[in-house]
Amino acid sequence: MANDLVLPTRRSGATRLWLPAVLRDPWLALLLALAALNLAWAATGTAPAAVQALWHWWPALLRGLAMNIQISVLAMALGTLAGLVVGAVSLSPSPLLRRLTRAYVLLFRNAPILVLVYFTTYVFPFELALGGWRLPFPDWLKVVIGLGLPASANVAEIFRGAIQSIPSAQWEAAQSLAFRRAQIFRMIVLPQCLRRMLPSWMNLYASITMSTSLASLVGVHDLVDAATVASNTVSRTDFTILVYFTLLALFFAYCYPIARWTRYLERRHEHY
Amino acid sequence: MSIIEFEARAAAFPSAAETSLVSLHDVHLAFGQTEVLKGIDVEVKQGQAVSIIGPSGSGKSTILRCMTGLLRPQRGRIQVGGVRVDALKTASELIALRKRVGFVFQQYNLFPHLSVLENLTISPIKVGGLPRAEAEARARELLAKVRMEHKQNAYPGELSGGQQQRVAIARALALRPELILFDEVTSALDPEMVGEVLTVIRELVQDGLTCVLVTHEMRFAEEISDVVYFTEAGRIVESGPPARLFGAPASERTRAFLQRAVGATPLRDAAPDPIQTYLHIDPLRLAV
Repeated sequence: MANDLVLPTRRSGATRLWLPAVLRDPWLALLLALAALNLAWAATGTAPAAVQALWHWWPALLRGLAMNIQISVLAMALGTLAGLVVGAVSLSPSPLLRRLTRAYVLLFRNAPILVLVYFTTYVFPFELALGGWRLPFPDWLKVVIGLGLPASANVAEIFRGAIQSIPSAQWEAAQSLAFRRAQIFRMIVLPQCLRRMLPSWMNLYASITMSTSLASLVGVHDLVDAATVASNTVSRTDFTILVYFTLLALFFAYCYPIARWTRYLERRHEHY
Repeated sequence: MSIIEFEARAAAFPSAAETSLVSLHDVHLAFGQTEVLKGIDVEVKQGQAVSIIGPSGSGKSTILRCMTGLLRPQRGRIQVGGVRVDALKTASELIALRKRVGFVFQQYNLFPHLSVLENLTISPIKVGGLPRAEAEARARELLAKVRMEHKQNAYPGELSGGQQQRVAIARALALRPELILFDEVTSALDPEMVGEVLTVIRELVQDGLTCVLVTHEMRFAEEISDVVYFTEAGRIVESGPPARLFGAPASERTRAFLQRAVGATPLRDAAPDPIQTYLHIDPLRLAV
């Protein structure tokens, strides 16, 4: 009995010794297994036709993914900047400003994202006239705005909630330590807010990233668009299935690390 | 902070030792329709420890908040160290006042995102303009005084209530105030932690720091105070040295309050409380 108990412990101990920590992540292990399988296929020249077609289309798919990443990063940057401004204004003492920001937040949080994407695509002109210059206004940039609007409304709400979640006793304590209002906001309230906002902000980031797949509907050459073109061109059922599985895997590969990092940050700031 | 330092401060203001450091005259304050203070008079002399006792909701904490300008009365005069607190208008004037008046809260209100040491140094550095090294040296000295120097790198969330409150007291001392206000600082603590906090306050009083305490710890108030005020329903019912206020209260209302806080008045003809006799519970701590 004692030996039975000792043996598995030893084995798992040994496993921990030679298996690096990253490999214990099941998703990474799966990725490595797939890479090994493909290497074997490539070495022996026995890859199925659908897989060969996938490798042919792989660069196009990655270019599409790069477009999704570009849209998501810019939309979040725009949404965060605008959202912090709107959120700050929503706490202003002026009732008119408060009502305006309230309307903004309600409007863009409750509009379907696809509607906003169509809205910005067809409402904005295809080029901008600045004096004598004519600047093109590409569709992908309109999608950035289309996604940036709901992102900003959500960031505004996250920011307002975070500020209001700081107990007024923190203000009182800082006041009694002779801080000025601006100092209290900058040194006491804001640092606590940013850490409280982080998990919600990261969730929003992941959700906006997934919404970038809507860009294909307004003619942006993103990952979904690339997959559709590939599927129509190759025109094989097994390839179509494979390419959409790949699509899922690529979106997952982008969003999953964000989710993991969020969990890590949440744990790191557990002490308050 | 050493005794010498406080004496030096007292010597720097020779007239202050004679006159009142804090004086409230006919202070009225209402929140909307609710009158909280209905004419409060309080005098605190340099180096005195003054306790304010009374039932919950009688306006005790409000009096302290008026002294440091966190609340503004509708009527009356508040003078702290020669400054008319009720007449302060600009933020700079309030800040100048708050550098001279420390405040310790019931719920500690430490900054949770800062370590213990940073909680003590942020105000001296950012408000007082002290170099970091000096602020940290002073903070360590204060932490040693409240016996928390071993936790200087901990975060408030990792400390017990009693430890947090001792850090909060050290933080209130970080700007070297002339006056420190304690607002029911042991009310949120587990009974076994009350002692460690009261010990720290007792030492500050012995060092000669001017203190105003709002407290439910009757025995402690009796022991350390020079003057005790009894408030009820927004008025000062009576005040005086603790021996007289606890031993022979002039007002029937004071007597009734102290009786509810069983045993604070000598009830010679009363039979011993059986619960107290057999269970050894301190009724003062349970009452109120």
